[in-house]
Amino acid sequence: MIKREKRRYLALEVAGDKPVDERSVLDAVQASVSRLFGEYGASKTNLKLMKYIPGKRQVVIRCSHIMLEQVRAAIASIMELNGETVAVHVVGVSGTLKALSKRT
Amino acid sequence: MKRFADLHLRVPLEDQTRTESMIQKASELGYTMVAIPLPLQPAKGLISQLKQVCNDTKVDLVTRVNLSPRNPNELLHSLRRYRRKFEVIAVRCHTKDVARQAAKDRRVDLLQFSVTNLRKRFFDQAEAELASQALSSLEIELAPILQLTSFSRIRLLSRLRKEAATAEKFRVPITLSSGATDEKLMRGPRDYSALTTLFDLPMSSALKALSENPRVMVARNREKLSADFVAPGIRVVGRKAR
Repeated sequence: MIKREKRRYLALEVAGDKPVDERSVLDAVQASVSRLFGEYGASKTNLKLMKYIPGKRQVVIRCSHIMLEQVRAAIASIMELNGETVAVHVVGVSGTLKALSKRT
Repeated sequence: MKRFADLHLRVPLEDQTRTESMIQKASELGYTMVAIPLPLQPAKGLISQLKQVCNDTKVDLVTRVNLSPRNPNELLHSLRRYRRKFEVIAVRCHTKDVARQAAKDRRVDLLQFSVTNLRKRFFDQAEAELASQALSSLEIELAPILQLTSFSRIRLLSRLRKEAATAEKFRVPITLSSGATDEKLMRGPRDYSALTTLFDLPMSSALKALSENPRVMVARNREKLSADFVAPGIRVVGRKAR
């Protein structure tokens, strides 16, 4: 029987001055993963945008649990978003959305 | 729960607002100890002012000085002069002679190497052997990994991979620090430890390099700098009133 892939949900907070949209954050994460780990590595991350909380400037994304550290490294190395210098911080990681919402 | 330390927060000392916001940010990111590099002759009141800001944000301030000696004699002279004035002494090694002298001197806490000129990174097996005997740590700054792009980052990561492996082999403690000059270069300790996967440092070693290693070093130095210290393991426990 094929094992179901485990996932991790990450809550990201974008520190910057301008408002951000969730799509550009996911694009920046994907671009960063491709830059650091190549297309092969990016294909293993299974990144997906889950939700966006504009009030907190937070974005929740999902990734494969085996690539969690690589995704975190890629997120930490994001320096620019839509031409603006930003820092993206991981404010929480969890195996379920419910637990993540309790933590953040 | 681990207590994390950032031993190289390069705050702009001339701008108090930015200094306060960077220390505040460090506290928010989960650091409980920060080391701020100070000038060799800090202005009167500067340290107490920084301590006040750190107390307000519940962060432990560590005084640090970065030495950049041109030759071993200059290094020895600086160590004699400044060792008892600062809690952490880092030496930027520009030449091999300085690197070797710094690695074998027990008064040196951190060994720093250039991130742009990789020919000036002298952390090889001989250096590691000397450093392991003298308890000096290899300092790896993580801000340059964020700032550099394409080929320069690739070369730096390649070099760091070799150095981290050498340090692990010879049991030289590694200290990870941000080296951040700006809030946008600051990341949380878990994010920094994830960044070390780029040069194959195991996660357990990375977390140790951000928490245990710097804390042990600072505790050891504070003990040595205290008035009650006599020798390692011996200290004054009481004084007779005259």
